Amino acid sequence: MPRSLINVPAKAKRGEVIEIKTLISHDMESGYRPDSTGKTIPRNIINLFLASYNGVEIFRAELHPAIAANPFLSFTTIATESGRIDFTWTGDNDFSATETAQIIVE
Amino acid sequence: MKKGDSDRTRRDFIDGAIRCAGGAGLLLMVGASTARATPESMLAAMKKVIGDAAPRKGKVKLELPPLVENGNSVTTMVSVESPMTAENYVKSIHVFNEKNPQPNVIGVRLGPRAGRATFSTRIRLADSQKIIAIAEMSDGSFWSDETDVIVTMAACVEVL
Repeated sequence: MPRSLINVPAKAKRGEVIEIKTLISHDMESGYRPDSTGKTIPRNIINLFLASYNGVEIFRAELHPAIAANPFLSFTTIATESGRIDFTWTGDNDFSATETAQIIVE
Repeated sequence: MKKGDSDRTRRDFIDGAIRCAGGAGLLLMVGASTARATPESMLAAMKKVIGDAAPRKGKVKLELPPLVENGNSVTTMVSVESPMTAENYVKSIHVFNEKNPQPNVIGVRLGPRAGRATFSTRIRLADSQKIIAIAEMSDGSFWSDETDVIVTMAACVEVL
């Protein structure tokens, strides 16, 4: 299981713009590197990241091989209501990882 | 002999750099056209996203360090001037490059719920080159910003 790191403020004021930071362990093998025998290592990357807030999509990123290993993404959203924020990463070779953060909005 | 990452020697580094150069040479032999994006292929990739529209300069701010020592991980931040209301917001932001193997870097989709039109990530740069960010607004207009980056050690194509 890949390791991921999520940073969402535990509490926020209603209407406040909060910053969300995500990091996941993944080689992001570009598909352009030869191995020691000169054969190209096949591409193996995360190509889609999704964030949803109480089931509604708030941010989506299509990733290409030009994204560094262990993809980091930070973005913002408006704290509308208490609940959960779900994060999903999907990619080559049926890669899939999910993570959830809780937020209390006052 | 066992070696951890922590005690990598200068020799290891030089070996790596030489193999790196070798790998680059190999790629060139295979075919320069497939190994690198070009300004033309970047324009083609941009056209796929924005169609025939011509992006105007402004509103978008693409921030990268002007001088990068290691192209394997370069902090990149894009922000767009927008009120981010239901009527006037940024729909998507795309980042392109000229000289990586592929012209696309990242495409993000956001909406009024973002509050601010901004995101950051870390990218790979295979060479000193120009990076372009294009934002699509809710009214269908496109705005762009570009930055030149000098890379001293490129994101390597060789296994180290």
